Parts: sequence; structure tokens; C-alpha cells
Amino acid sequence: MTLTHDAAVAAGKPAPAPGRLTDLFQLGLDAPICLTWELTYACNLSCVHCLSSSGRRDPRELTTAECRQVIDTLERMQVFYVNIGGGEPTVRPDFWELVDYATAHHVGVKFSTNGVKITSEVAARLAASDYVDVQVSLDGATAPVNDAVRGPGSYATAMRAMENLASGGFRNFKLSVVMTRHNIPQLDAFKAIADRFGAQLRLTRLRPSGRGADVWQDLHPTPEQQRELYDWLVAHGEQVLTGDSFFHLSAYGSALPGLNLCGAGRVVCLIDPVGDVYACPFAIHENFLAGNVRDPGGFEAVWRSSDLFASLRAPDTGGACRSCGHYDSCRGGCMAAKFFTGLPLDGPDPECVQGHGQAALAAVSSGAAPKPSADHSHRTVPVTIGRRPPRRDCDENPLAGFTA
Amino acid sequence: MTFDLDRPWQVDPRVSMRPEPFGALLYHFGTRRLSFLKNQRVLAVVRSLADHPSARAACAAAGVPEAELPAYARALASLADSKMISERTVV
Repeated sequence: MTLTHDAAVAAGKPAPAPGRLTDLFQLGLDAPICLTWELTYACNLSCVHCLSSSGRRDPRELTTAECRQVIDTLERMQVFYVNIGGGEPTVRPDFWELVDYATAHHVGVKFSTNGVKITSEVAARLAASDYVDVQVSLDGATAPVNDAVRGPGSYATAMRAMENLASGGFRNFKLSVVMTRHNIPQLDAFKAIADRFGAQLRLTRLRPSGRGADVWQDLHPTPEQQRELYDWLVAHGEQVLTGDSFFHLSAYGSALPGLNLCGAGRVVCLIDPVGDVYACPFAIHENFLAGNVRDPGGFEAVWRSSDLFASLRAPDTGGACRSCGHYDSCRGGCMAAKFFTGLPLDGPDPECVQGHGQAALAAVSSGAAPKPSADHSHRTVPVTIGRRPPRRDCDENPLAGFTA
Repeated sequence: MTFDLDRPWQVDPRVSMRPEPFGALLYHFGTRRLSFLKNQRVLAVVRSLADHPSARAACAAAGVPEAELPAYARALASLADSKMISERTVV
């Protein structure tokens, strides 16, 4: 599961421009720059912070034929690439077929995986394509830190996948890390792991979305750690990707590389496994549901004419943040982070680096934050099967009491 | 980086270009980076690079005024820097 475009907005200050690029993007594009497509809610893991509360497959999942139709639409709309996630997308039996279909139709693929299916054969095949990129998730530079969040054995799985990718000749795949209170001290160690495998490090923000809502309070970085992260990101510049997810940190000073704006419904969106289109991957809630790819007109109609997206593209007022001198750099922060912590969308981000979020959070009454619309978590409560004592010994074992 | 307006240039074959109301978005599948063109004229220049013997000729054909050439050269330089366009080998 990942956000958005890591493609740093490079290039120039060409010829006279009608305005800042962020202002143009703010009003939306004819098609998303890229979009996140979660192919399945099925997952072999149960990460505590899963944005999509994944675990069990949804029986209404898009079929292979429906997925192909979505890809045809994306090709027509000239969406450059999709970020495929889940769940664990590679557990879908038609996953590789869909990847091949997308790249044959000029839609690039970057997929996120916990590494479970990345054997050396798969790695070698992936390395051969310019149009497929792989992102391996790891949330601790050491097994104890990672496995506490992603589950026992997940560190070993990810490391094996990265070894396979590196030895299969896949250069510059992504090592993707969600930043938490426990792994921010490991920033340099993550970089060392990425360097060792010839990978590029990608750091993203922990969101209080999905199951993340339950652990956000305990796992989100402390204010001191946010500063440490910002300084580290500034020092590493464009070498390290962020999915542009830390724009709320830009209020510390200079803007981080990339697009400093909430792209929800403007330049990005999410298609979930059952075809629902949400404004962003972190906002799986009916308030941010724009439509479904199975609706008449398909994804194109949802993107171009949903009321929700139209309202997100309207110029925003900045609300309570407008009078803050940092509004131009942080743009009020992340919509999903505000929503799932119970904060108003036109107010400060819960992790506002100027401290306005803490005060706002204190005013949210307990239990007031909205809950995600769906939960596909594995049922982890063990099922107990009651046992009655046998009425006769023979009910237990036909040879009971038999002695030769 | 200085940009040689008098050399022949082309859009990299691994670049996909999508027109947008403000100009265009460019995506390079090799570097996996995104770039943008901020207006229609610079889009016209970039699109026609391969049809002209030099970038200067492409600019002229797109109606770029002489006075604005340095700004266009800077824009093209940054596109060359990010490998969106490359020098064409003339055969």
C-alpha cells in the first residue's frame, strides 16, 4: 500500500507560467498522474497499521476481465502508471497476467509487496522490464522492530525478496518504510540496507487509516522525531523518495522535494479491490467515496465528473489555517490524517509542526473519530471448539478398553 | 548546464507525454520521473524537436520570440538534464 507519485516534479521553470504548478494541480488534471490500485484485500500478513485493514479476500473483488477493462480505461486516459497494492497483490492468481496486460497497454506498474512471492525466478523476470517497478515493504531495519509491526517472519521474507531482486539484476527497486516512533532512530540503517541491495529508499508517513487508527497514538513520531526526520530528508534530498507524504513537515522551513500539496482527487486517487474509487489511498471511508468502476462510464466518468472530486478540486479557503504564516508551505497537511483523528478538514494536521494539531486533538472527545468503512482483517481471535466428555469410551476410540 | 540550441534533439523514446490544460505532463519510464511543460508553446517546441534540424529551428517554427529564446533554452536544458530529451544522432 503506497501513496502516489514518487516521480519528483523536476524540470524547469520554463517560459512564463500562468501560476505556480501546485496551483494548477490544485484544480485537478484530466487524468490522475498515477493512481493506487489495490487489487485484493487478501494478505498473508496482518500489519498493525494496515491502511486498508486487509487480511481476507472480499468476494466482490473485480474479476480478471473487469481489471483488464480498468487497464483499458487507464490507457485511454494516458495514466502513466499505477501503484498496485493490497492486501498483498501478488497472492491474486492472475497478478502476473494483469501486470503483463498493463505494461503491454502502456500503463506502467509499480507494485508494493511484502516479498512473499518474490522468488529468484520472479525477480529475474521483473528485472527484464522497464515498465515494472517493485516496492518491498519493511518497517524496521532490524527484525524485532519490523516484526512487531508487520508480524513474525516478515523481516526475513522481505530481506529474502530483496536479495532475490538484487541478485536477479533488478536495479533501483524501492525499499518502502512507514515511519514510526520505533524506526525513526534507524534512518541511517534503512539507507544502508537499501544501498546494500542497490535499492532506493522510500519513506512514507504513518496514517491513522484502517487498522492504523488503532495504533497511531502509540506509533506516530514524537515532535522531536518529526524534526529529526525533516532534517534527515533535507540532508538526503532527492536520493530518498517520500511519495510526497511529508509535506506537512515543510512548515519547518524550506519545502521538501516533490509536490507539496494534498493530491486527493486532484492528481491521485484509489481504486479498491471491489472497484470503489476513493479520493486517496488513506481515505477508505464513505465520505471520500467518489463512485465505482462498475458504474456506467467506468473510472473515467468517476474521475471527471464525480461531485466529490469536483468539490476537492475547488479552491480551498485554508479554513482555520489561513491566518497561519506557514499555510503556503504545508497547505494544512493531510486530509486523511485529520479525518481519522476526528479533526476538521479545514483545520491543522494532527502532526502540525507548529503545534496547532496537539491543541486541536485535545479538543476531540474520545471515540469521536470516524471509523473506516470496512474491515477485512483476519479474524485473529482463536476459535475454541467446545468438547463434551464422551458418553461411552467407544465414542472416543473404537478400541477403547480393548486388550489383545 | 548550457543547452546547445543548434544541435538536433528529440524526446526520449521512453517518455510518455500527456497534454493538460496548462501544458503537458511528461513521464520517463526509465528514470521513473515526472516532469511538466508549463504552457502550450513549450509543448509545441518539445513535440516537434525531432522534426527539426535544431532546437532553435523548432523554437522558430513554434513562434518563440527571439527575446524569449534564453528562457526556452533553460527549460530545454532542464529537460535534457532529467533525460526527458536527448541529442539526436544525425545520420
